[in-house]
Amino acid sequence: MNSRMEFANGELVAQARSGNADAFRVLVDRHSRGLFRVAFRMTGNEPDAEDVVQESFLRAYRQLGKFDQRASFGTWLYRITVNCALDLVRSRKRRGEPWAADPGAEDPMQTAASGDPTPERLAFSGEVRERVADALNELSAAERAAFVLRHYEGLPIEDVSRVLGCNPGAAKHSVFRAVQKLRRALEPLVSAAK
Amino acid sequence: MKHLTEETLVLHYYGDADEDAAVEQHCAECEACRALYHSIERALGGLEKWSVPERGAAYGAEVWKRLQPALPARSRVPIPAVSWRWAVASLALAAMLVLAFLAGRSYPPGSGPAPTVAKNTLRERVLLVALSDYLERSQRMLTELANAGAAGPYDISFEQGRAADLLDESRLYRQTAARTGDDVVAGVLDELERVLLEIAHGPSRISPAELEDLRFRLQAEGILFKLRVLSANVRNQDQPAIQHPL
Ligand SMILES: [Zn+2]
Repeated sequence: MNSRMEFANGELVAQARSGNADAFRVLVDRHSRGLFRVAFRMTGNEPDAEDVVQESFLRAYRQLGKFDQRASFGTWLYRITVNCALDLVRSRKRRGEPWAADPGAEDPMQTAASGDPTPERLAFSGEVRERVADALNELSAAERAAFVLRHYEGLPIEDVSRVLGCNPGAAKHSVFRAVQKLRRALEPLVSAAK
Repeated sequence: MKHLTEETLVLHYYGDADEDAAVEQHCAECEACRALYHSIERALGGLEKWSVPERGAAYGAEVWKRLQPALPARSRVPIPAVSWRWAVASLALAAMLVLAFLAGRSYPPGSGPAPTVAKNTLRERVLLVALSDYLERSQRMLTELANAGAAGPYDISFEQGRAADLLDESRLYRQTAARTGDDVVAGVLDELERVLLEIAHGPSRISPAELEDLRFRLQAEGILFKLRVLSANVRNQDQPAIQHPL
């Protein structure tokens, strides 16, 4: 997210706040795909991710008045999205439903279709996929969010800490804990495939 | 030699270790830490294959469509009566215009000649000219923007003003087209609106790279092409209509 984008975001937020729905529409247009990516990786399936995107924008719209204009709008949206996803996940857990993708549903861990069976490719076939899904379920909310934002979204650790509402040291530790758990789940199979 | 912790190596992978240079130096000299680092790299590399279902360029518009009815109303500056009356008048005008336009192009090939401009009433011709003119102005504005070559930051405040004006018009045409069930016209106008919105509400000074980015988007989304086809269709009502041009 560069400064130009942020500047434009700030102007749009100001206009949206004063009742300009078009300005909010531009923000929705601009951020929908990014929010969907994060929501999908947080929830592990498409229908939940769609619900999270929808709910996040709704919450953002209602809370526009609370947004600090000096802050980054993108980071603020990520924060809302992560919280929405966690709310959904928590309600699932209370009802005893699984967090990540249903194993029978469409494959979230895409396997390489063809080519040489390199260790990396083997590492993402059947059994490993399930292991990773299990490992993702074992992550705490902060660990999962920190990992998704740092690893997949490439957010700087300072921004990750802002989204999580913690200090950068704690954010770093969450990233580490997530990687550690995922690696432990993967390592035996990666080694076996060599 | 004191070995590096797993945490330090993981953070180093992301460039977040306190002393990345020192970590690198240590790994160059220590086989055990190097091996651990490679194992971390392998595991994280494998996780790259966790793909997210694709969402296309129109995804934002889909989200907006679902979202808009759920948005609570925010207080706005009340619209003066005169502009309300103007809006209704324009809407009626636009409705007739789109209807006339549809009548002229919805003839399948071989079912006889499409209505010609000569057969249309004078009023319909005036309306057709208005839509055609609107589409051409939009196209011209976007083409000029797409072709603007700039070495330094480029001031688009003039184009922004034009985009804002066009936006007001487009909305009326689009709403009418949507009501009369013409998805093609409504679809093109909807896409046009999104582009105009971005331009009108964006910053007024943009860099050559951002201009390039905009140019790419205008072409990638095919909006300029669609506008060309649509305005040609409106203009050539005395020619057999192009079927399913988009
Ligand atoms: Zn060492």
